[in-house]
Amino acid sequence: MARRVLPGFGLSLGFVLTWLGLIVLLPLAALALKASGIGFGGLWTMVTTPAVLAALKLSFGAAVLSAVINAIAGLLVAWVLVRYSFPGRRFFDALVDLPFALPTAVAGIALTALYAPKGWIGALLAPLGIKVAFTPLGVLIAMVFVGFPFVVRTLQPVLESLDRDIEEAATSLGASRWQTFTRVLFPLLLPALLTGFALALARAVGEYGSVIFIAGNIPMKSEILPLVIVKQLEQFKYADAAAVGIVMLALSFLLLLAISLLQRWSRRWAER
Amino acid sequence: MTLAINRLSRRFADFRALDDVSLSIAPGEFIALLGPSGSGKTTLLRILAGLDFPDAGALDQDGRDLLRVSARDRGVGLVFQHYALFRHMTVFENVAFGLRVRKRARRPSKAEIADRVDKLLKRVQLDGMAQRYPSQLSGGQRQRVALARALAIEPELLLLDEPFGALDAQVRVALRRWLRHLHEEMGLTTVFVTHDQEEALELADRVVVMNRGRIEQVGTPDEIYQQPATPFVFEFIGKSNKVPVRIHGGRLQAGDQRFEADALEGLADGSAVAYVRPEHLALSTTPLENGWKATLRHVYLSGSVAHLELEVPGLGQTLEAELGGEEAQRRSLQSGMHVTVQPRHLTVFPLDGKSGEPDLARRRVVHPRYGQAALARWR
Amino acid sequence: MEAALPLQRSRFTARRLVHALLILAALAFLAVFLLLPLAAVFVEALRKGLGTYVAAVVHPEAIAAIKLTLLVAAIAVPLNTVFGVAAAWAMTRFDFRGKAVLGAIIDLPFSVSPVVSGLIYVLLFGAQGWFGPWLQEHDIKLIFAVPGLVLATIFVTLPFVARELIPLMQSQGSDEEEAARVLGASGWQIFFRVTLPNIRWALLYGVLLCNARAMGEFGAVSVVSGHIRGLTNTLPLHVEILYNDYNYAGAFAVASLLAFLALVTLGLKTFLEWRYGTELAARAGRGH
Repeated sequence: MARRVLPGFGLSLGFVLTWLGLIVLLPLAALALKASGIGFGGLWTMVTTPAVLAALKLSFGAAVLSAVINAIAGLLVAWVLVRYSFPGRRFFDALVDLPFALPTAVAGIALTALYAPKGWIGALLAPLGIKVAFTPLGVLIAMVFVGFPFVVRTLQPVLESLDRDIEEAATSLGASRWQTFTRVLFPLLLPALLTGFALALARAVGEYGSVIFIAGNIPMKSEILPLVIVKQLEQFKYADAAAVGIVMLALSFLLLLAISLLQRWSRRWAER
Repeated sequence: MTLAINRLSRRFADFRALDDVSLSIAPGEFIALLGPSGSGKTTLLRILAGLDFPDAGALDQDGRDLLRVSARDRGVGLVFQHYALFRHMTVFENVAFGLRVRKRARRPSKAEIADRVDKLLKRVQLDGMAQRYPSQLSGGQRQRVALARALAIEPELLLLDEPFGALDAQVRVALRRWLRHLHEEMGLTTVFVTHDQEEALELADRVVVMNRGRIEQVGTPDEIYQQPATPFVFEFIGKSNKVPVRIHGGRLQAGDQRFEADALEGLADGSAVAYVRPEHLALSTTPLENGWKATLRHVYLSGSVAHLELEVPGLGQTLEAELGGEEAQRRSLQSGMHVTVQPRHLTVFPLDGKSGEPDLARRRVVHPRYGQAALARWR
Repeated sequence: MEAALPLQRSRFTARRLVHALLILAALAFLAVFLLLPLAAVFVEALRKGLGTYVAAVVHPEAIAAIKLTLLVAAIAVPLNTVFGVAAAWAMTRFDFRGKAVLGAIIDLPFSVSPVVSGLIYVLLFGAQGWFGPWLQEHDIKLIFAVPGLVLATIFVTLPFVARELIPLMQSQGSDEEEAARVLGASGWQIFFRVTLPNIRWALLYGVLLCNARAMGEFGAVSVVSGHIRGLTNTLPLHVEILYNDYNYAGAFAVASLLAFLALVTLGLKTFLEWRYGTELAARAGRGH
């Protein structure tokens, strides 16, 4: 006799399931089926070609590095935005979301213009012998850009919710500022920091628009994984594209799993 | 309007919220559902409102199967614990809501709605507040808006979930007397949920004491307080001393004392548990032969009542007794004094031989016989 | 005491110095990594003068791209808004088996690479895809045509509205809806008179973010578009085409329109957070 009190269960869930089925699950199933049609052996040969391996290495390596940079910079920025007051704080806080709001293609050409040898920043770096645009370093810069907001936005609410009491308690027990930060605050921030890191990593691995302009896309050198898929599609090599696609999908599932585990972990201290 | 609740059961994933609950509510009654949290009282209220449904059992209102009627069509008035006022609507719009959502054929005209809302707001003493938003009101005012909103649809049955729970102590007392008047004036049948025994005993015609999804006792406030039917009611309502005893040859052995009483006749020998209220313990400062020998450990004066903590070596436990503060002073009771304690009456539950649980069916109220000379003065 | 005082003061100024340095470092990072790229868009767009800028923006192909972008957003955003509201209603007002799985699937498009998002539709509807032969037989073109753009856009923007609404409606609880039910309201009356007013700002917030992404999406759309000038080019794709033609001034001029859209979105978003922060609340971790 368990009945539902509020109306609309069938209607809302029915619509949601239909929509998800058509828009998300059916196309994903098409990819999975295409990949399984190739078979594991075929899949293996397709994704272990030197070009794909090089792209995988670049995509993943640059993404990890960019997430590390973002974790450090994000912690600094979140700390400054939450803890200190200074003129323009609200403006800079809003600015953090720019990479979410700015279309990736726009970010891509803007970064390229900045870091090209004649660009504002590129011109400064050129005399030092540092080339950014059209090298793996450019890929890294673009990934730092797109992944930046994640760490800040996951850390901010945690930082805001931290009681000043615990810092005062630590101080009254004789801890220095640095000890208070490393021994009391940092352990509390770590789950959110890691969650932000994982989110930034997931975004960077799959990023396309902002990277391809600055990367220069030199095969085996500055070609990212998503671009490999695009090139294969342009050559009508659908099976190869599906093979690389399924690898990327598996990678994002793994990251998604890691993120949800991290979030569960970070809720450990939520009940106070 | 007569409401018959017949053998309702409701299970949630891992516990029984209601376990075979039956109750009949007569027209015009004011009923309190009293119990600790998790006792099932709110579940019962929500089932009455149509916001939850039992796994088994029936609900009948004047011959109409209520379980087949959706919450929307039951026409009961419900006041939520946290009021659930529509935060984006003014007080007026909140109260008018139930009338405005009616189907065109049954919907009163705009003028009529305004008129009725005004009258209701006057009745709950909120005239002049009509254009305020809930966030601009105090807790007591919000509660009255919730009440006016529930009354606007002219319910026969009014349900209130912890109506005074979120209010300050002073507002609480004033509001509950006012609610009682309202109930009488409007000829409502009212059921309210509370965990506050004082509230239940003061307001209700009948109190339903619930525990672990079951009804422990139904009765008038006086019956509930004076004649608790179960150990739970003894422990939950008012104060009581719990004393392990033995029944032996028609007598009650309690520690080193043996009490004789008529009520014990016919009870088989065995262990039992006895409850006695603090005010039913009589004290004598002159040593008496019958009664527990005790040392007075503390005297706490709270207002007009003196609470006494008695250490009883013969029982191996402490007892709490109560008497008027003035009398305590007159008799100059002080800690360290030796006294004799005589229970005026006790309620005895023999323990079931197998389960060791109190057997409610063999409950006895025991008035021990003391010798004429031995009668301790009390009060 | 007197000897301790200067020490206290010097510690105080040292702490102020550390604060100032931290603030400076954070702002420098924000300026170099976020502000400079944004400025670059507008500077590059106007490098060859206002005339070139206007010419690039009113070029027929640019106008066609603007129209197509608006069209795609006009289809995808309302559909995903309805989806988001339905998903939030189902997820927060009822208990059912598999709720956690459903929540994970709703979030899925956020974690799939845009290129893979496009790829799956090519594999489904493309010439060699599941439905390819059937579509060809009936002379229906989805991939390398507008419907493909719409589908890919719907996919990548699917979670935005649901993601804003679910935590909010969760924290609001269903007391008000239940109260309305007991007072005799019908389902739609409950939704339009009680639920919708309570979630309107969060809904607007979600729609805003959904729209920004729908108009700015590049990767997924790029894969399914076929890059047919004037036919299947949205604004971001048009930027790419101009850029690859070495028409930098034109590319940045069109890009500046999108950057302007981003700024408006950020401005409105900040306004909503400032003005209606409490009604958007329960949005812990605003990552997208």
